[in-house]
Amino acid sequence: MINLYLAAAEEGAAEPHNPIIPVWQEIVVGSVAFAVLCFVLIKFVFPQMEKTFRARVDAIEGGIKRAEAAQAEANELLEQYRAQLAEARTEAARIRDEARADAEGIRQDVLAKAREESDRIIAAGNEQLAAQRESIVRELRSEVGTLAVDLASKIVGEALADEARTRGTVERFISDLDSAGRR
Amino acid sequence: MIGQSTVLAAAFPPSVEDFYLPSILPWGEHDNYWFTKITLLVWLAVAVIIVFFLMSYRKPQLVPTKKQWLAESIYGFVRNNIAVDMIGPAGVRFAPYLTTLFCFILLNNFWGIVPFVQISPMSHIAFPAVLAVISYVMFIYVGARHHGFGKYFMHALKPPAPWFILPLLVPIEFFSTFLVRPFSLAVRLFANMFAGHMLLLVFTLGGFAMLSANALYAPFAVLSWGLTIALTLLEFLVICLQAYVFTVLTASYVQGALADEH
Repeated sequence: MINLYLAAAEEGAAEPHNPIIPVWQEIVVGSVAFAVLCFVLIKFVFPQMEKTFRARVDAIEGGIKRAEAAQAEANELLEQYRAQLAEARTEAARIRDEARADAEGIRQDVLAKAREESDRIIAAGNEQLAAQRESIVRELRSEVGTLAVDLASKIVGEALADEARTRGTVERFISDLDSAGRR
Repeated sequence: MIGQSTVLAAAFPPSVEDFYLPSILPWGEHDNYWFTKITLLVWLAVAVIIVFFLMSYRKPQLVPTKKQWLAESIYGFVRNNIAVDMIGPAGVRFAPYLTTLFCFILLNNFWGIVPFVQISPMSHIAFPAVLAVISYVMFIYVGARHHGFGKYFMHALKPPAPWFILPLLVPIEFFSTFLVRPFSLAVRLFANMFAGHMLLLVFTLGGFAMLSANALYAPFAVLSWGLTIALTLLEFLVICLQAYVFTVLTASYVQGALADEH
């Protein structure tokens, strides 16, 4: 360094410069120039950049949020559909069971009714038969009485007239009986 | 070739005076610094950054265009990889300043390897010094606002150590935090850019010097110029690294001022 100074001095410069001592004019120029630069960039450029960064972050995060919301909605819908499907399935099974139960019920009903009807018909027939039998028996009873009286009076009336006649009377009675029975 | 080399190699070895170029307006005047190549480059860098950002961010869209994407990645890089990484979530507040700082240093450094320009304004300590002072004032201000003035200094100066070591530690803390920091920031950047320019000068002018001394040295001259190209690539690395380091250190100082515990 000293040699350099000497060299400079030997060349006959008016006054050797010391590179460590700042030149005050340059300090002024440097300060002003840097101040201008700072003013313009810090005032007009970098706030804009921060704003753009924020807008970008917002846009991206907003997009993610929207996608998440859509996803959640889709999941909810899916869940809902699943629930509805399961509900419909149980409903169908229930209806089927019910129908089966109904059919069984109806079958039982019909059977019972048929059985009842047949019982009723049989009972009615029996009753009718009994009634007819009774009326026949009653008729027979009354008829047998009168017939017996008739026979007895005839026997007593024609008494001992003759054997042949008696015999004829009996035969006549019998044939009367026959005709009466036929009638 | 000889004529050109005598013009270019007029002052071999290169000296500090090579950094103090004559003024542009008024033309050719020495020791007039208002409008020189250096200040012109600073203004140019400022204009380029402003135009680039305003153009690419005139109509911001959610889905960025290519230009907008580039502008956003520069800001996003400083915001996420420097501000938020170093300071934490509160670092977003400082991201605009740190990005401005990063771009300003990067572009001004970059002049150092742009063909036909090839000198960085940052090789004049005035510019790094301004930036370092801003960083210095900023981290003290931030700390004082966060903790309260007295409490911040207590906090910054008094490490959690047994009381009998404190007489030793407090001056060290004071020295490292409040005296050295602005100088180390400024000098680190300045010295890197200064040395880079000096290296390029040495190898370029050295080639011409060897050629003019003896025509037989021509292969060495070519080697020297080849090394200039290699060093330019190395300079590119240094340029990016120094811009990054300056920004990271500023962020780290702010983080230290905001930290609640050591």
